[in-house]
Amino acid sequence: MISPGLAIVLSLWVPILGCVAVWLFDKQPNLREAATLITGAVLLFLTITVFMAVGAGERPGYLLIEVIDGLPISFQAEPLGALFAVIASGLWVVNSVYSIGYMRGSNEKHQTRFYMSFAVAISAAMGVAFAANLFTLFIFYEVLTLSTFPLVTHKGDANARRGGRIYLGVLMATSIGLLLPAIVWTYAITGTTEFTVGGIFAQHSDAVAPITGVLLGLYAFGIGKAALMPAHPWLPNAMVAPTPVSAFLHAVAVVKAGVFSILKVVVYIFGIDFLSGSGGGAGASVPFMWIAAISILLASSIAMHKDNLKARLAYSTVSQLSYVTLGAMLATQMGVMGGAMQIAAHALGKMTLFMCAGAIYIAHHKTLVSEMRGMGRIMPFTFGAFILGAMSIIGLPPLAGSWPKFFLMLGSADAGQLAIIAVLMISSILNVIYLLSIPVQAFYLNPAEGDAKPQGANEGGNGGTGIQWGALKEAPILCLLPPLFTATGAFILFFFSGALYNYLKPLIGGG
Amino acid sequence: MSLIAQLPVLPVIIPLVLAPITLLLPKGRAPHLWATAVSWLTFASCAWLLMEVSEVGLISYYLGDWAPPLGIEYRIDLANALVLLLVSALAAVVFPFAYESVKAEIDERQSPYFYGALLICMTGLLGVTITGDAFNVFVFLEISSLSTYALIAMGARRDRRALTASFNYLVMGTIGATFFVIGIGLLYQATGTLNMADLHDKLIGQDNRMVQAGFAFILVGVGLKLAMFPMHLWLPNAYAYAPSAVTAFIAATATKVAVYVLIRFFFSVFNFDFPFIGAAFTYVLLPLGLAGMFIASLAAVFQDDVKRMLAYSSVAQIGYMLLGLSFATVEGLTASLVHVFNHALMKGALFMAVACVVLRAGSHSIHAFAGLSKRMPVTTWAFLISGLSLIGVPLTVGFVSKWYLLEAAFAAGHWYAGFLIVASSLIALLYIGRVAEVMLLREPATEGPYAIQEKDAPLSMLIPMWVLVAANIYFGVRTDLTGGLAERAAAALMTVAGGTP
Repeated sequence: MISPGLAIVLSLWVPILGCVAVWLFDKQPNLREAATLITGAVLLFLTITVFMAVGAGERPGYLLIEVIDGLPISFQAEPLGALFAVIASGLWVVNSVYSIGYMRGSNEKHQTRFYMSFAVAISAAMGVAFAANLFTLFIFYEVLTLSTFPLVTHKGDANARRGGRIYLGVLMATSIGLLLPAIVWTYAITGTTEFTVGGIFAQHSDAVAPITGVLLGLYAFGIGKAALMPAHPWLPNAMVAPTPVSAFLHAVAVVKAGVFSILKVVVYIFGIDFLSGSGGGAGASVPFMWIAAISILLASSIAMHKDNLKARLAYSTVSQLSYVTLGAMLATQMGVMGGAMQIAAHALGKMTLFMCAGAIYIAHHKTLVSEMRGMGRIMPFTFGAFILGAMSIIGLPPLAGSWPKFFLMLGSADAGQLAIIAVLMISSILNVIYLLSIPVQAFYLNPAEGDAKPQGANEGGNGGTGIQWGALKEAPILCLLPPLFTATGAFILFFFSGALYNYLKPLIGGG
Repeated sequence: MSLIAQLPVLPVIIPLVLAPITLLLPKGRAPHLWATAVSWLTFASCAWLLMEVSEVGLISYYLGDWAPPLGIEYRIDLANALVLLLVSALAAVVFPFAYESVKAEIDERQSPYFYGALLICMTGLLGVTITGDAFNVFVFLEISSLSTYALIAMGARRDRRALTASFNYLVMGTIGATFFVIGIGLLYQATGTLNMADLHDKLIGQDNRMVQAGFAFILVGVGLKLAMFPMHLWLPNAYAYAPSAVTAFIAATATKVAVYVLIRFFFSVFNFDFPFIGAAFTYVLLPLGLAGMFIASLAAVFQDDVKRMLAYSSVAQIGYMLLGLSFATVEGLTASLVHVFNHALMKGALFMAVACVVLRAGSHSIHAFAGLSKRMPVTTWAFLISGLSLIGVPLTVGFVSKWYLLEAAFAAGHWYAGFLIVASSLIALLYIGRVAEVMLLREPATEGPYAIQEKDAPLSMLIPMWVLVAANIYFGVRTDLTGGLAERAAAALMTVAGGTP
């Protein structure tokens, strides 16, 4: 076994090596994809090593370099980061398999650049996960933004350019315009940006208390990747990217890096105690709790009006991300726990949905919800996975997504915010309407007149690619298995939430 | 008489004596090789000098052994040793870079004069920085300015507008220099000395019309030289129409040296008891710095000529340096010095990338950059990385600058300035992003005036350019040299000026 400290270092460098390998095998697609998969497997092994060590109570760390006095680039694993790292690296493997099926199925150009950017992005995500201080976190946060830009603009047409401009514009504007000053301000007051159990503001209560709300606002909106409204427009616009990018980066790595950062800032910089009860910053988080609540409902309402499946899922993500922000801003132990669990549960659920959307596109070139009537009978496995994913997002047992909702409601009750419970209930109902209606239509309605009939393989060009089995026409096997796998994962995670709870307990001050 | 004892004079003497020899060399390769060798020799002496200074703290050298205040004194502390290193390092990188670019842009018959003038320009800048004598500053300032006018005018072969740009700069620059020398004259009248250290001693407690007028003349004169907004009007055209290699050199060094002169006069000649200083910080440097940051950045967004765009960006970046100064704290001064150094690295690299494009495409219009990533990938990435540095993305020097500046703003209680700083760097994101998008996502022109062959710049240009790009990253991660020295230099300057260190 390698030491967990070394595993942290390697988890940053292995994807970079993978990136180089992908570049070297530019002309040999099979070797190139093998490089990606091997890198993914090694990375998963490394993150699991760290995960286990953290579970055993260790806090492995590593100091890379001291840039300015008191500002090191350093890493330290703690439960939330280790969890995020395992989710990201595990789902990267799944997504790489899916990417191979998708990118080959749709004959995308620039596949080498695609896999290289992905590898850099995952390295940046690891940096975010293991960052020991805000300064390090900010560095990798920006690398993550920049490395995903080529993925968003992959198609290179006018639409992609526009999407890319908004993507980069919003994420850079919020991070440089709000997050960076917030970090420097924190540093100017406290002289450190180190993530500390219990927060660093409690010791500087006098200086921080009057500006707690301002700082919290700078962080909440500055971490644009958390897509708290109105900092969300980059996310729907990122949907111009190929589906594997949307599935992995804009349902898992990038957006989770955002809400993960918010949780870390609230727990390890502000400190839950500082924001709640008799702490110096008590009450400062309440306005942001409401903004998150409004964001949840508003994004769901917008999602209902989107006919494009990926756009609908994107707004659903905006809504679901605000659950995590909400949990953090409740400033209660159960709220934070709910937010942390939501990171894991939503990753599995939303990734399933996106991969299903991609599978439908690959097999039948359909992107609009209104075109999907009757499709369930042609693609039963895909839509079966879709139902499981949707149920997890909604929060129905026995799927993983039900636990975060449960803890968030507990947290709201602890904070005395009963109206938030109502918000969570309404949101679940909205989710039922706009998510479950898709498979319901697909299974129960007949295809509308003039809609493409079930397409046979000999219909040629625009029919898409995939596997044919009687009347069924599913996506290629590499596009079909990953969503089934993650949907099963969402089901299994439901039964292990107790273990997850115990694992995350140090986050809220428990043993 | 050992060499060590004469070390402080070497950075000026070497190029001053060796520059005229270029005129005797046959046209073509020889003057370039000679000038490059001289610049490297100068760089070595400056690096050596910096090492000496960082050990002893202050080196004083009497020219011709005439003791000050009558004789001219070279007085090197950490602040100017850092600027000396910067100027000579940029020269050592730009000189080898220049050959291909210059061959394409100016008449070959002029090459001996060109390299001679470039060396003299460097000499002037080094002299301004090294000297401890106020009048000597003026002399070297004129030496560098006069050679710069000539260098800019040599761009006329490619674009006749270089002549008017040069003439414009000549008029403005001369007014600036005249104001500066009037200011020095007034101070001489008030104190009877020209030595800076001596001036400092004799100005303590003096607050009369003569000193006030002298201060104002110096501020305006140097302000013109460093392109302080709104006295920057000469700069965009001068940078845009000068030969590309010249732009890379003067953009990285000339205004930085002028900023250094301002710092030197504010902190080492005058002192904080002089009431005009505080007023100048609050009512001149702070608002003009902020205005420059915004107005010049916005102007940059609307330029279709990439060289002009970067020139406006320079005016904005000078605003950052003035802003740092205006806080009148050690942190602020450190931030300014760090940014002087870092900005030279980014702008040098950016203008060098533009020079590569001009070599292959024959134009510095933004249309020539279309699809550049497919035609000249190595140049494109150099531009992108230094562009990110200009925006202030982490792991680049731009981020280090921004961090120091923000920290100084918050520590000084000017938190609103902190937000204005980041807002202005977002405008940099706009104009750099615009070029980046054109380079990465447009299809290259296959015909018409902006068609370029699929061939990157020659290695003699790529290597120096990437040396600077690498420096952008190296000093973005290791700040011992820049931040550490600047902090010590700032503390020393502050102590002399009588502020609270």
